Amino acid sequence: MALEEKQLVDKDYKYGFRDQTDSYSFKSRKGIDHDIVEQISQMKNEPQWMREFRHRSLDIFLSKPMPAWAKNEVLEAIDFDDIYYYMRASDREGKTWEDVPEDIKRTFDRLGIPEAERKFLGGVTAQYDSEVVYHSIRKDLEAKGVLFSDMDAGLREHEDIVRKYFATVIPPADNKFSALNSAVWSGGSFIWVPPGVSVDIPLQAYFRINSENMGQFERTLIIAEPGSFVHYIEGCTAPTYSSNSLHSAVVELIAMEGAHIRYTTIQNWYKTVYNLVTKRAMAYKNAHVEWVDGNIGSKLTMKYPSVYLMGEGARGEVLSIAYASEGQHQDAGAKMIHAAPNTTSIITSKSVSKNGGRTSYRGLIKVYEGCDGVKSNVRCDALLMDPQSRSDTYPTMEVDAKDVRIEHEATVSKVGEEQLFYVMSRGLTEVEATTMIVNGFFEPFVKELPMEYAVELNRLIALEMEGSVG
Amino acid sequence: MADVILEVRDLHVKVGDNEIIRGIDLTIERGTVHALMGPNGSGKSTLSLVLMGHPKYAVTQGDVIFQGRSILELPPNERSLAGMFLAFQYPSSVPGVSVANFMRNTLMARHKGDAPLTPAKFKALLDNAAAKLKIETKVLGRYVNDGFSGGEKKRLEMLQMLVLQPTLAILDETDSGLDIDALRIIAQGIEAQRSPEHSILLITHYQRILNYVKPDKVHVLVKGRIVKEGGPELAQELERTGYDPIIKELAAV
Repeated sequence: MALEEKQLVDKDYKYGFRDQTDSYSFKSRKGIDHDIVEQISQMKNEPQWMREFRHRSLDIFLSKPMPAWAKNEVLEAIDFDDIYYYMRASDREGKTWEDVPEDIKRTFDRLGIPEAERKFLGGVTAQYDSEVVYHSIRKDLEAKGVLFSDMDAGLREHEDIVRKYFATVIPPADNKFSALNSAVWSGGSFIWVPPGVSVDIPLQAYFRINSENMGQFERTLIIAEPGSFVHYIEGCTAPTYSSNSLHSAVVELIAMEGAHIRYTTIQNWYKTVYNLVTKRAMAYKNAHVEWVDGNIGSKLTMKYPSVYLMGEGARGEVLSIAYASEGQHQDAGAKMIHAAPNTTSIITSKSVSKNGGRTSYRGLIKVYEGCDGVKSNVRCDALLMDPQSRSDTYPTMEVDAKDVRIEHEATVSKVGEEQLFYVMSRGLTEVEATTMIVNGFFEPFVKELPMEYAVELNRLIALEMEGSVG
Repeated sequence: MADVILEVRDLHVKVGDNEIIRGIDLTIERGTVHALMGPNGSGKSTLSLVLMGHPKYAVTQGDVIFQGRSILELPPNERSLAGMFLAFQYPSSVPGVSVANFMRNTLMARHKGDAPLTPAKFKALLDNAAAKLKIETKVLGRYVNDGFSGGEKKRLEMLQMLVLQPTLAILDETDSGLDIDALRIIAQGIEAQRSPEHSILLITHYQRILNYVKPDKVHVLVKGRIVKEGGPELAQELERTGYDPIIKELAAV
């Protein structure tokens, strides 16, 4: 497989396979135009259709206004000419450990992140050596016929599958940022699960870490054939340092009849990053799609994982948490599009705002005409830690069918003096008590995470409550 | 001379402009059970919350000496670690935190720097306390007071007391709103806590609980002052006469 080959090559050849085009002198520069797009495509040695797709997407990006769905003054302030749209691993490796901010290093210490991972997470190395774990998992997957690689390799190795599904769930014209991603995408994951195959361990981007993994414009495509199951985990709880100011991913999931996809994200970008992500799934007959989405970091996150319920009996779920502290705005939510009868959706959103942080829930429930027997349940709970913090809810419902059951419940609570006093009266300091209350609030999310993520997230919340996290 | 655990000296407490506690003196010795009785609005709950350090109340005069030192400047957690415990009349819920997890955290707060409590030891401690209060194991997995009935909440307060083994336990109307079976279980919990090492301040409106737990001393609180003190017989007298004669007597003075 391509990935193993890449890893072997990487051992003694620093720049990896991509340097087959090294004679082409690519120089990263700021800003975006057709030249940059052309260079990216050539560097990657892509087929003609992808090259054209990128150019077409760029035109859409340049002509499209900012999304009207969520007006945001922070968003309007992005200077698109001041951004690097493509950097090769070799460009990034120039950075040293000294460049990584002190607050991030301190957090690594306190979370107990191993040395090798720290350098990767700090953006110092492009490679994180996890070959041993990685190889055994690869073998297991290969035996089952599961394809799991980075998106660039996916395009090279399985062009037929990629071409069939790529951008069918999220077309470039969907919004300005999906257009941008379509023009300059690099990295991300490609997963194809054969019919009836259940992948019993969560697939983690961690296992195939390379520079593209945490890229700015990654592109992920997961196809679960009928009756299959896969759980994909993206990101990690440790703060992810990036000198890039804009992260704009596109994630497309396709769950065929009776398939089940669970997609877990924990996002802890450094607090200077704009995190503008489009995530959408197609769920066909009796399929089940779950987005488990945690947003801790970034300056501004705008992310509304969606499920298009396309076949009868399909089920979509979003379980999300958001934490916003000083200078942060988490504008997150979900969209459920009921395009078939007897489909079900559940949205559970929990947010915590502290030190003047701001969280918003923005959601859409749409039921098309004739889609009877639809059930939808939306629940948003917000916890405010102090009077400076803010939380808003923007629910939208467009229901054109008659026989539907839709429930929406939203609560905003404050960490009460009584509750805090109660916990403190048992011997816990104010910080310990607050940490316990917030971790309890997030518990419905945390219990859905694999153990190591759950432990790390609890520890991270503790650090946030102490106010010692960068 | 008996070993004094708690000494309340001329305590005055205000909420806003309202003086709720108007000069209380109270001394509790090691290993004794004191009952503090009084009609509604006499300041019983306020006193218990002030002793535990609730931030809402301002002490305007007097002092509280716990095991030889003034605790008025200590936050509630430090009073707890010093050996004080309050069983709340209205305990808060902590959604998402199981009883077992909550108890583990409260014990860990007491073992900082020491060898941590082993899981086996912790489980034995918790199970033992739960058995005394007839609390089913599955309750230990439920979130603290979240969706608990009134009686379950009171039992959980007692569970915490038995696990934490405080030098002084203040029980704020732990007996109120219970049926006779529940009351008996709570009384058994209190008796289990009673020992030469542990003192209890039992705050109650009714004499009923005192049929099961015999106090060494009884104090009667009316309008923020202790107006009468005596032995267990005082509680029985109040049961017969109610608080009215005492209130009238005061008004006549």
